[in-house]
Amino acid sequence: MRLIMNRLFIIFSTLAAVVGLFFLGWILYTLCAKGLAGLSLQVFTHDLIDGGLRNVIVGQLIMSGVATIIGIPVGMMAGIYLQEYGGNSKLTEFIRDLSDVMMSAPSIVVGTFVYAIIVIPTGHTSGWAGVLALFILMVPIIVRTTDDMLKLVPIELREAGMAIGASKYHVTMNIVIRYAREGIMTGILLAFARVVGETAPLLYTSGSSEFWSTDLTSTFPSLTVSIYNLATMPDEEMVQLGWTGAFLLTAMVLIINLIGRYANNKQRR
Amino acid sequence: MELIFKKLAQISASLLFVILAATTIVLYLSAKPAIQEFGAGFLFESRWGVEETKNVSEVVPNQELVVDGEDADDFMEDEDDFIDDEDFVTDDDTESETNDSEIIYGALVPIIGTIFSTLIAMLFSIPIAMGIAVFLSEIASATLAKPISIAIELLASIPSIIYGMWGLFYFGPFIADIFGGNTVSLLVAGLVLGVMVIPFMAALSRDAIGTVPDMLKESAYAMGATKLEVIKDVVFPYAKSGIIGSIILSFGRALGETMAVAFVIGGVYQFVGKVTDPTNSIPVVLANSFAESSGLSLSVLFYLALVLFVMSFMVIVVAKHYLLRRK
Amino acid sequence: MKNMMDVQDLTFTYSGAPAPSLQNISLPVEKNKVTALIGPSGCGKSTLLRAMNRIHDLYPGHQYDGVINLLDSDKKGYTDILTLKSEAEMIRLRQRVGMIFQKPTPFPMTIFENIAYGLRLSGVKKRAALQDVVEQSLHDAALWNEVKDRLNDDARGLSGGQQQRLCIARAIALKPEVILFDEPTSALDPISTLAIEEMISELREKYSICIVTHNMQQAARISDYTGFMYLGEMIEYGQTDNIFMKPSKKQTEDYISGRFG
Repeated sequence: MRLIMNRLFIIFSTLAAVVGLFFLGWILYTLCAKGLAGLSLQVFTHDLIDGGLRNVIVGQLIMSGVATIIGIPVGMMAGIYLQEYGGNSKLTEFIRDLSDVMMSAPSIVVGTFVYAIIVIPTGHTSGWAGVLALFILMVPIIVRTTDDMLKLVPIELREAGMAIGASKYHVTMNIVIRYAREGIMTGILLAFARVVGETAPLLYTSGSSEFWSTDLTSTFPSLTVSIYNLATMPDEEMVQLGWTGAFLLTAMVLIINLIGRYANNKQRR
Repeated sequence: MELIFKKLAQISASLLFVILAATTIVLYLSAKPAIQEFGAGFLFESRWGVEETKNVSEVVPNQELVVDGEDADDFMEDEDDFIDDEDFVTDDDTESETNDSEIIYGALVPIIGTIFSTLIAMLFSIPIAMGIAVFLSEIASATLAKPISIAIELLASIPSIIYGMWGLFYFGPFIADIFGGNTVSLLVAGLVLGVMVIPFMAALSRDAIGTVPDMLKESAYAMGATKLEVIKDVVFPYAKSGIIGSIILSFGRALGETMAVAFVIGGVYQFVGKVTDPTNSIPVVLANSFAESSGLSLSVLFYLALVLFVMSFMVIVVAKHYLLRRK
Repeated sequence: MKNMMDVQDLTFTYSGAPAPSLQNISLPVEKNKVTALIGPSGCGKSTLLRAMNRIHDLYPGHQYDGVINLLDSDKKGYTDILTLKSEAEMIRLRQRVGMIFQKPTPFPMTIFENIAYGLRLSGVKKRAALQDVVEQSLHDAALWNEVKDRLNDDARGLSGGQQQRLCIARAIALKPEVILFDEPTSALDPISTLAIEEMISELREKYSICIVTHNMQQAARISDYTGFMYLGEMIEYGQTDNIFMKPSKKQTEDYISGRFG
């Protein structure tokens, strides 16, 4: 009886794994089959209005990139505060909790917030609104990574730095951060991968545009929002373009993830 | 330099608090007109955007915005209908006040839709994710487990919009073939959400199971326990808080998810009779109607966003409670 | 027949390893005696011990050659445990040959349930029967007085030494014939170590014991027989006094006098 139960259990677990992987394989297969079918040079050389995706891909990268560039110093500084200055006080724990709450806040809610503070006052959607929404999503992730990575830096290293007369600032910037650099880089890459695939917070903050634009003060082209729009259009060709966009987006996210993973493994060795 | 640096770090840390507080306050202020208008009854009101003439009790207007009989096979059309109606309603807004009639908004349909789609997702994903976690950590050989683990972690990073598209074009029709009903429905939405959180939940649970020392498992085997008994009596109890934490975090993720659901839930204000009926969820209402709303109808959406924010806040508090106990 | 177990000409290769980790090992485990295995780290002593209840088999692909005989329960003959294949036989083997690990491994349950666990697995359900065995086992492990008032507390709340004695109580609750100790005191303080050593000396009245230790004094204090291993080979085996007083091999002498290891 015990042995039969054990057999059944092993079969069940294996089956569950097979079923789960089947779904995920199905999704990837669909993505590749449909996405590759529409892949051509035109996708990269034309804007959405001409049946390509050039402007929306660039737009998505610009918004995510700007959000990252602003998010890195803010997130890292907050992480440094938590590890290096905060000590074990109630306040640091509270800020950590806040960061976790922010990290789990639904991204659409972040979108509504930005809508209220930027889009309503200015009267129109804009790239900056999208950037702000992505920034808010990104900061807690960077805070968490920095916090975790700095935690791994041996305390002796800090003490040794202080012992030769370096200031706290120098110890933090030149010793602690350098020691944790690869881990933090990986975390930032993963955070970038996370926000680059976000749709919900951009829907009514950046909106999306069919035209080439690098002007963040106006409605801005977004790949993810465009995918959403294209996929729900009745026109076959538009849907096809949506799949191509989805394929490119996923490929981008997965490649960034793999780079982050590779960097992290290299560092561990 | 030293001081500036410290100040900057402090400011950055407090920025987290500022953003969170600002979110709460802004959402509340924007929602205020709707809160004053409808109060807590909003949460239990099933009608949405329905005009009700005052002083006439129990007017029974057509409760659903979208005509019942209309098939949701081509739900984009439904959505257009819905948006048109919304526009019509908002245009009416000014008139309605002079006309002694008001427009009733209630959140019950999307609240129920959100909760039920999340529950379906959990029912579907928990056994599969646990199966994967156990398979990877206790059954598969290392040469098999490693690539599968990496694949699972990569899949957890796929943007949710991809799951939504797949659900709309492939999974929805597949489910409709099996269970009947529409290709967009509460059931499809729940299952797509489930598929979406499987890799996330499996990866977290596998990490939790990975913290169980080999020696502890070996000592159970050394007493003649079978694999099932070792996992049931030693591994799960040992990793309990981590596993529960992973489930709660996945629950939170499914609860606030927009894009995976927006394609496949139908976006109609309608209670579900069967799980294969289309309905609505809070994030989807927000995604679909924000740009077209103004005045009270916009305030109502902020009220909804606030409700969702509070719901996800409660989830993370519970999750933190469990994860903290592990330490 | 005074040998409880008999390892004969055992060669063991880890999965994927180019060379065997144990070569032509022979070792008797005499009935109601304590047999100690000593040697520098990496010499294969733990590997040998883990072959004796085939706990290695939890991980696939390892290669055994040779014979490990275990006296049958009816004492009439021997069975080579390397010929066991079915899961049921393996479970039976592990119930007959208990094992204590380097670190205490209390299961995430109450003290009572920890000790009753093995019995429950083998189908004992009656509370009264369980209660008797739990009490007896705790007595044998010299732990009863310390925990009798908190049997329903989580076992992980005990101190390290108490946890290790709990694990011993848990093993003896199954009434095994052989108990294998894999450096049982390496994670404990000197006082807890002493308590465990005393207990092992007493346990030999009922059980046959094989203990791996990195601590030569410990082997000298508690064992009747000692085997010295080096680089996967059994260099010398004999009565403990002889091994320590007049070793016949140069390598043994070097190790015992502290010249390497």
